[in-house]
Amino acid sequence: MRPGGGIERVASPLRGMVQRFAFVLLIGAALTMLVLSKTGNLGIERLRSVIFEVATPVLEVLSQPAVVANRAVDEIKELFFLRDENIRLRDENERLRQWHNVAQNLEQENAVFRSQVSARSEPQNYFVSARVIGDAGGPFIRTALVNAGAKDGLVTGLAAVTSRGLAGRVIEAGRRASRILLLTDLNSRVPVVIEGSRYRAVLEGDNSDTMHLNFLAAAAKLSAGDRVVTSGHGGVFPPGLPVGVVSSTRNGTLRVQPFVDYDRLEYVRIIRYDFPQPDEGLKGARQ
Amino acid sequence: MTQVPVGVFLIQTLRATIPGLTLLLCIFVASVPMGLPYLSDVTPFLSLMAVYYWSIYRPDLIPAVVVFLAGLLQDVLTGGPVGLLALVLVLVHGIGVSQRGVFLGKSFQVEWWGFGLVTVGAILFAWIAASIYFTTLIDSRAFLVQGMLTIAIYPLVTRLFSFAARGLRTV
Repeated sequence: MRPGGGIERVASPLRGMVQRFAFVLLIGAALTMLVLSKTGNLGIERLRSVIFEVATPVLEVLSQPAVVANRAVDEIKELFFLRDENIRLRDENERLRQWHNVAQNLEQENAVFRSQVSARSEPQNYFVSARVIGDAGGPFIRTALVNAGAKDGLVTGLAAVTSRGLAGRVIEAGRRASRILLLTDLNSRVPVVIEGSRYRAVLEGDNSDTMHLNFLAAAAKLSAGDRVVTSGHGGVFPPGLPVGVVSSTRNGTLRVQPFVDYDRLEYVRIIRYDFPQPDEGLKGARQ
Repeated sequence: MTQVPVGVFLIQTLRATIPGLTLLLCIFVASVPMGLPYLSDVTPFLSLMAVYYWSIYRPDLIPAVVVFLAGLLQDVLTGGPVGLLALVLVLVHGIGVSQRGVFLGKSFQVEWWGFGLVTVGAILFAWIAASIYFTTLIDSRAFLVQGMLTIAIYPLVTRLFSFAARGLRTV
């Protein structure tokens, strides 16, 4: 055994007492923090952001090997399917070229109409690209950490998109890293419209892989396959971002399958959207 | 106190931080996006394994304060309620330290079985606490999957811990 057994025998009852006291104290501290966190206490928020600032650089470094490994696996897969992929892309390119023509015509037509009715032009969007450096491992929250923050101009509320569509929004902006609340999270609420019929609804997450629609007009008739896009209401997201498709309309609940593949979320673009403000003076009141 | 050379003292101090470092590593690894299908939603509760393992084998090197701070770190990284995982991990640490006599010197099956019980308790507790916190009944399937996954890979992960523990014999 280890040396100093004699001292240990004398010290162990005392140590046991200290341990028990520390245990009770820490349990109390954790419970207090939970209550304070629930009430939105500023001290807890500050503690959270301090830990966040310290931990995210470590996470950024550690996430690098995972990225490299994933890329290697992808590249090997690609080598095997190079020919098929080439044929598929050629087909897709042909189709996209046609769409490009259509889009150009529509853009011109749209510009003419806009000038005729003197519509206000939509504000300009700026993008910040960021790499996903962490995802929530917990089963009760759906968030992702990205390596862009306040120094890149990120603030809370901005939309995060991938090439497929809306992924979520920034809920916490640290200096060099931020947290994205994914659409599937329990606390995610996004005002949307159904493309085509223009019915409005609120898209709600519930920690499952799909979302559901709430506050939809009773008269609305939806069918599986209808596209859902952001409405731009509420001043959170720019309008028209693709969100997902209605996947099932069974027993009253309308499920929406997101366009974004959350299993393979590697990069996101954060849209810095300058929302038109009715009055600068209202800015302070909104917070 | 006997005099120890400075070099030996330094190495021993560094070694003594190994349990804490494995706990930290578990938390970061669980947060790194692996890009594996289905695992993005539910990752095994790695930190639970580290706390349970070290509280049984080397409680002297993993004080409750360290476990508490590690729990806070995990709370912040996952973006969950601050204090929730800290609470869960400190409770598990308390159970491990007080019941370690039951597992020490017994077969691995006994240790694994104990871990199963602790995991079920910890995840049930986390589910109830999170449901109260968010004042809604959270989908329990993800918790169930996380629990099963955690128990299933415990032998694999603790194999790595036992390498570290072997190196700690002299500390």
